[in-house]
Amino acid sequence: MEINWFTVIAQIINFFILVWLLKKFLYKPILKAIDERESKIAAQLKEAEVRKAEAKKEQQEFQQKNVRFDLEKKDRADKMVLETNEERQKLLDQARKDAEALAKHLEKSAEEKQLNQYKELNQKIKKEVFAVSRKTLEELASVGLEEQLTKVFIKRLNTLKEKELKQLKAAFKETSDAILVRSALVLPKKQQNELKKTIDTILEADTPLRFEETPALIGGIELSTNEYKLAWSISEYLRAFENEVSK
Amino acid sequence: MKLSPDQTIFWEYGLFSLNLTIVTTWGIMLLLVISSILITRKLKTEIRISRWQCFLEMVVTGINQQIKEVGLKQPELYIGFIGTLFLFIAMANLLIIFPWYEPPTGSLSTTAALAISVLFAVPFFGIEEHGFLGYLRSYIQPTFIMLPFNIISEISRTLALTIRLFGNIMSGGLIVAVLLSIAPFLFPVVMTVLGLLTGMVQAYIFSILATVYIAAAMKESQRKTKKQITIQKEVNNG
Repeated sequence: MEINWFTVIAQIINFFILVWLLKKFLYKPILKAIDERESKIAAQLKEAEVRKAEAKKEQQEFQQKNVRFDLEKKDRADKMVLETNEERQKLLDQARKDAEALAKHLEKSAEEKQLNQYKELNQKIKKEVFAVSRKTLEELASVGLEEQLTKVFIKRLNTLKEKELKQLKAAFKETSDAILVRSALVLPKKQQNELKKTIDTILEADTPLRFEETPALIGGIELSTNEYKLAWSISEYLRAFENEVSK
Repeated sequence: MKLSPDQTIFWEYGLFSLNLTIVTTWGIMLLLVISSILITRKLKTEIRISRWQCFLEMVVTGINQQIKEVGLKQPELYIGFIGTLFLFIAMANLLIIFPWYEPPTGSLSTTAALAISVLFAVPFFGIEEHGFLGYLRSYIQPTFIMLPFNIISEISRTLALTIRLFGNIMSGGLIVAVLLSIAPFLFPVVMTVLGLLTGMVQAYIFSILATVYIAAAMKESQRKTKKQITIQKEVNNG
């Protein structure tokens, strides 16, 4: 158990050779490989991180876009609803207006129609009434009636107003012609005389009378001289009445 | 009975003597270097690597980690020396599972050589770190009176390294040899297993102590650096 100094030196040399060899063949390549691997992994991790960040960014962008899109969509929808409502209101207003106009028009036309119908009916009624009246009176026109009519006419002549009387007198004075007396039927002699008497009395003169038959004078007598006309007939009444009704 | 493989001499010429220790050392060196070359020949830098590469990476990073934990900031600078110490001693001690193998670490000359290497490596790294004078100053720390004690400490720890490794391995081998003659079947196996454990522990202890000594030599400069940093900070803060 002693130290062999040659062996000691040899072992020191051996040891340092081993240190050198192992440094060259073991530590350096291994450490290099580890470093490279670590840097590679770090690079990959970094890349992954970058991609993750990118993905996150993209996700955020996408989310923002989504939010923007939603907002825009909502805005547009709101706008559209608003526009639609406005349009609807407009259309409704227009339709209401049109309907009102149409209703007015219809009302007016209905009124007009009614009026027309009413008028027509009126006219018809009038016509019928007058036709009936005329017919009745025509059929009634007889000697008895003529007599009665003459009476009425004479009464009328007697109750002439001052103004009318003056006019009659004036008209009579201006002409020498006979006073024309028209009636629906020729008056009987008696009535003719009575009438002449009455006229003579009124005019205070002998008045020539000319009697004429005019069927259009329904139940009436007309006295005319020099543009003066005094008449009384049922037809006159009817015409006056018709005028009154037609107003 | 031979206590040391030094005593098995194959060839001798004057001072030169080729003994079993040197031959076994060469064998271990070859084994280490060739296996390293074989494994590192096809190193991959991909994420998936071979099992052997993974194993070597684990060993190397493990050593690196240990060095770092002791307090050396840049383990890459020391892994050549410390890692080789560990791998050589570990390999030398692991091979005792082979019959008729005599570990070179069971020779006082080998352990002395390794301890002397540590003895020189400590000032080498110390001087490399903060200059010759800077390193020498560490011998008169904290006071000048401590100089002889520091020198004694250097020598005694070298001796301690030498004797510890030698004693452990030699005794392990000796016990196995003795047991073989008494109970040749079961006990030598148990003792060899124990020897494997002891061998690994010793390899760890030897290299970790070397690291500690180197780290202690670095400490002075590191302390200074810290002080400088503190001063600089104070100056910067006004």
